[in-house]
Formats: sequence, C-alpha cells, structure tokens
Amino acid sequence: MIAIIDYKAGNLSSVERALKKLGYGCRITQRREEILSCERIIFPGVGAAGKAMSDLKRLGLDEVLRYEFNAGKPILGICLGAQIILERSRENEAGCLGLIKGNVELFPQPLFSEEKDRLKIPHMGWNSVNLRKEHPVLEGIAPEDEFYFVHAYYTLPASDKYVFGTTCHGMEFASVIGHKNLIAVQFHPEKSGKAGLRLLENFCIWDGRHAE
Amino acid sequence: MLSKRIIPCLDVRDGKTTKGIKFQGNIDIGDPVEMARFYYNEGADEIVFYDITASSDRRDIMIDVVRRVAEEIFIPFSVGGGIRTIEDMRRVLLAGAEKVSVNTAAVQNPEIIADGARAFGSQCIVLGMDVKKVEVSRKIPSGYEIVINGGRTYTGLDALEWAKKAESMGAGEICLNSIDADGTRQGYEMALTPLISENVNIPVIASGGAGNIDHIYDVLTKGKADAALVASMVHHGTHTIRQIKEALHAQGVKVRMWW
Repeated sequence: MIAIIDYKAGNLSSVERALKKLGYGCRITQRREEILSCERIIFPGVGAAGKAMSDLKRLGLDEVLRYEFNAGKPILGICLGAQIILERSRENEAGCLGLIKGNVELFPQPLFSEEKDRLKIPHMGWNSVNLRKEHPVLEGIAPEDEFYFVHAYYTLPASDKYVFGTTCHGMEFASVIGHKNLIAVQFHPEKSGKAGLRLLENFCIWDGRHAE
Repeated sequence: MLSKRIIPCLDVRDGKTTKGIKFQGNIDIGDPVEMARFYYNEGADEIVFYDITASSDRRDIMIDVVRRVAEEIFIPFSVGGGIRTIEDMRRVLLAGAEKVSVNTAAVQNPEIIADGARAFGSQCIVLGMDVKKVEVSRKIPSGYEIVINGGRTYTGLDALEWAKKAESMGAGEICLNSIDADGTRQGYEMALTPLISENVNIPVIASGGAGNIDHIYDVLTKGKADAALVASMVHHGTHTIRQIKEALHAQGVKVRMWW
C-alpha cells in the first residue's frame, strides 16, 4: 500500500488514478498511523511553499516525513513536494523540511532561449530530463522522453551528489534530486504520459536503495 | 527547452463530440472518451474540451465525461464552456481535469480569474479569448476586440489589454481564438497571435484557422505561440498528430516525439 500525503496542497486524485491504472493500491491520507503502516510514500503538492509548510506542521506531517525518511521508507516527492524537502525556499522565505541540503530559488528573469526568444515563467509544458546518474526509479527512461512541468521556482541542492537529472529552461536546473531512500521530481509523472507512468511504476517496486 | 505543444480540441455537446464551422452547423463526430484515448496514444500533448451543452441541467453529463477521460489518459487536459462559478471549477478539477478555462464568465465577472487562481492555483486557470478584428479606435487600440456568445456580442474590451489584465489577475495561460480565422482552414491569425504572446509572460495557445501543417509551423515560429490548437484537421482524418509532429520536428521545431 502506498500513502499519498494529503495536506490540502492541490488535487491528489490524478496521482491516485495513475497508481490505480498501474495496479498499485494507494490511499490519500493525512493520518499518522495510516502513513506509518504503508510501504511507501508519495509526497505531492502544488501551491506555495509557505502555506504548504504551515499546513504540514499543523497536521504534524513534517515530523512523520522526517521519521519515515530516517527509517528508510521509499519516498517520492512531486513538484512542490520536490521543493520543500530542501532546507529553505525563496517562496515566502519558507523554512522547509531539510531532508536534502540546499535551497529553492526563483527563476531569474529575463531568461532567453538559444534562439534569443524571451522565455516565459512559470516553466510550463513538456521538457526533457538530462539523466546525470543512474537510479532505480529512472530505469527505462530514455533521453528523448519528456515530462510535464509547471513551476516558477527550482531546486538548488547544496551538492551535485543529490542531482540525478537536470532540465534546461534558459538555464540548467535540477529536475530530479534524491538522497538515500528519497527521490523527487520537479515534473508531474502522473501527467507525463507513458514515460511518467514508467517512473511511477519504478517507484512502486523500489526498495529505497541505490548506489550513492 | 520546452516543446511546442499540439493540442486537439474537442467540442462536446450532451456528452458527444462535435466540430462547428464558425460556430454554426455543428455535426456529431464521436465519443469524447474514445477520441481522447485515441489522441493520447497518437501523441497529443494536452487535450482541450469545450462543453457546448445548451441546457445547464445536462452539465452533469460533462462531469461524467471528465471523470472517464481522467481514468484513461495521463496528460493534462482542460475543460471550458459553462464554467461560471468557483464551484463549477471545483467540480471539473476534482473530476480529473488539470485546468479549467473561462471565457464569457470572465468578461462578465473578471474576479472569477483571481478567485479561481487563489483557490486552485494559476496553473489551473486558462483564459479563453474569442477575438475579432475591428477598426483601431481609442477604445480598441490594438484593433482586436473581445467578443462573446460565439462572436455575436461585442464587449468593448481591447484584446491586448484584456490579456494583460487577466494575467495580472492570475490567469496561468491564454487560449487565443480568432473568430475570423476559426473554421476557415486558411491559417491562424498571424498578427494577433504574436501581439498577445509577446506582451504577456504566460503561455499562449493559438486557436482557429488551422488547415495544414504549414499553418501550425507558422504560428509556432513567427506567430510566437507556445502551443497550437487543432480540431477539424485531425478530427476529419486528413492529418494525424504524429504526422504533424514529424513534419514540425523535421523543420526544426522542438516537439515531443516520444510517447
């Protein structure tokens, strides 16, 4: 059973539907005991970092996530859930969970494409991921695969060792980061067609280990 | 680098898809869930549904369509038509749509954009703009005016000013439909599209007028559109999404080629 953490940060049903399509049981929950009893955790989220962190704290879920991270349970962060695992976000100057060292920054403006067109912020639409390191959750993902992104802030981990994939939007940023049993993607795998479903399925069978 | 998106548009009435020519003489062409699955497998980057059901007591049919589509396809899709309140938005989003688009309701009550963005996030809120070319005047300095009711009612809103205002209120994307070009298959409105796209910082989907692949190429390059809406071109089977993408790719436009 997979716990999809519910802290009122966006619509979680698309993640649930994707897992159902893949044949994995899951429940959308904010109950501590239920989360602790699940084998793995998906930590999604859209919205602002400040509000998300205050909701997590109010529900006591920040402590649950830290506990589960330290206990070695496989965790997948998605979108905002990939940002607030770092130490601090420029968005609302929010103090975050600190499971990975580093910060979340706002895209600088203006940004330009190689053709010198001004790029829009948020970074929204399909983009590719340059795979930097192997990871069980990225198995079978090809360099040509693209994923659906929607974000105005990007993750800046303190060390390259946390970076598994990068994406280019006028600048290169970390789009897949991880540490130990935690892996996190800036894009929405549940909205990224077959490549996204493949990544979710990889997570559903991942034991939380990989070569660091 | 972001890919340019190719987005099939399905008009849905009473749970069935149609495609109107200049908003008149709509004919039924199929089941929306079936068509969504078809386009998903063909490489569509997103799908747009417009609910043109006339009677409001039949709108639940659309919610059921949205729910069934969400179980089948795993790319973003948006729903527009008949969205008048935050509650309408909530129902569509909870049923599984990634985005909702507002058009007439936003003209009549612009606050719905801000309220929707606050409740669900800007990325969920698409402003649909139906635009007609008019004489340049003090009131309409861009020479493009917002129209509603399928193009029958002029609103007195300048298209460029409306686009900027909607962006400042929290719209996350603009779907820009030229009523003059819609259904003509003579190409997208190539003056209007860059005018809007280069003056806002949110993505612009060009809509209305696609008849061949050159039209799509033009609007995604010279036209500065971030995405192109296609309807009759693909519904009638004269082109497939794959053909369109292969041709664009061969001409150097970045599009998603693996799916």
